[in-house]
Amino acid sequence: MRITSPHAHTPGNTGDVMKQIILATIPGLIALTYFFGPGSLINVIMMTAACMGVEAAILKLRRRPLGFYLGDYSAAVTGVLLGLAIPPYCPWWIVAIGAISAIGIAKHLYGGIGYNPFNPAMIAYVILLISFPLEMSQWAEPRTVLTESKELIGPFSALSHIWFGTPLTGALDAWTGATPLDSFKQNNSLLVEQLYASDSLFSTARWAGAGWEWVNIGFLAGGIYLLYKKIFTWHAPIAMLAMLFFCACIGYDNGSSNSLGSPLFHLLSGGTMLGAFFIITDPVSSAVSNRGRLIFGALAGLLIYLIRSFGNYPDAVAFAVLLMNFAAPFIDYYTVPRTYGHKKAKRATIKQES
Amino acid sequence: MEILAGILLSTILVNNFVLVQFLGLCPFMGVSSKLETAIGMAAATTFVLTLASICSYLVSTYVLEPLGLEYMQTIAFILVIAVVVQFAKMFIESTSPLLYRVLGVFLPLITTNCAVLGVALQNTAKAHNFFESTIYGFGAALGFSLVLILFSAMRERLAVADVPVPFKGAAIGMITAGLMSLAFMGFAGLGT
Repeated sequence: MRITSPHAHTPGNTGDVMKQIILATIPGLIALTYFFGPGSLINVIMMTAACMGVEAAILKLRRRPLGFYLGDYSAAVTGVLLGLAIPPYCPWWIVAIGAISAIGIAKHLYGGIGYNPFNPAMIAYVILLISFPLEMSQWAEPRTVLTESKELIGPFSALSHIWFGTPLTGALDAWTGATPLDSFKQNNSLLVEQLYASDSLFSTARWAGAGWEWVNIGFLAGGIYLLYKKIFTWHAPIAMLAMLFFCACIGYDNGSSNSLGSPLFHLLSGGTMLGAFFIITDPVSSAVSNRGRLIFGALAGLLIYLIRSFGNYPDAVAFAVLLMNFAAPFIDYYTVPRTYGHKKAKRATIKQES
Repeated sequence: MEILAGILLSTILVNNFVLVQFLGLCPFMGVSSKLETAIGMAAATTFVLTLASICSYLVSTYVLEPLGLEYMQTIAFILVIAVVVQFAKMFIESTSPLLYRVLGVFLPLITTNCAVLGVALQNTAKAHNFFESTIYGFGAALGFSLVLILFSAMRERLAVADVPVPFKGAAIGMITAGLMSLAFMGFAGLGT
């Protein structure tokens, strides 16, 4: 028998939810580590430690109970997500500045867990991207495009590169390369088919781009697990992916040199799945009601597509999420659900003393 | 037509007057604590900005340029803007006394909204024609309204957040505006 509303309850608390989210990032993390070497794994570990450290320091400054707030793992989730988002093998100070921006500025200046209007990980990502564009755009080449002379970076050379700046296997461009989104954006002379045949990023891939397709499928799997566990509702992620799919269908134009990318390419590139299932589902900074989340997700998908296709940045998940975080309170204001027993929705404005 | 759409896109998002060019910050911070007031202020500013950019274009093209008085344009525009604001004030007072009371001192303060003068000066600097000037002013006003309204909805929420005491009020508002301006950098390059 299915247990229904007043009797059903979820055992657990914030900490359990956050642990589930961390657990669900594992398939994506495995894919990142398999294709790009241990960089992302190191990032995640360092970033989680740094975020927990900053959180502890600020809790101490604010004289809040350390054990209680650290035990909800919200800082760890921010750290894991930011660690997954930043490029592997970036220097240690990127991690440090990222942790301070995420936890210090985006979270605790607003009062800590439950009050942050912006997603802390995405604020930190955007601060880093705008302040250090060079370090933030160096992605390692995926395993499938490496040739005989290059090999996947080992954990020890990775650590010494991150901490002491030791060059990785010779010159810089020996290990970094364009991401599929970059190389698609820069192409304006080849038909999509020709590009897919000539660029090893695409020719060694099955659907969208070497390595990235599997990373996105990993995050999709994690997201489906979270949906199954009812950590969040389906509205925002599905609306975002559907909107991105719809826009990409319009812009594809059957693969001419001006094509803006196939729907599958957009769904399985860059941060699409990480954004859809781990970022815009943040319960604090997204819209509250189901109808609001549908609007929130769809507009996020639209912004991602527009900025990817026409803007300066190859990937746009972070910007789109922040812009939608900015709009979320306004969306909430006009999507207040009808409460039981009332015919019309009542506007919920906050009374202010003035 | 395409140029006009480009101007509209540019002024609303890419070169948003508040978050990218940092003009018109005083009403942005001052009138954003309540959503309803912000909507009123947005409407009033849209009215004034569009009208002021039309009037300043006419004054600049048909008065200042024939007389060779371009060096007077800042003073002339300030005068034009003051007149338009006074007109808007009378208009709002007679059509919506409630909004007039709510906006209070901020209505005459539109005169000193640097976005209004900024639009007028940029119109002459960019040598916009009549339609371009109008659309430029209207787009700037829409961009201003968009961020003002979204920001005020967000500030209603910030008012009940557990913000550390030194950052309460205007300080966290400024920080939020800064973070939003970061987010708006994502629009860079759009429409070019």
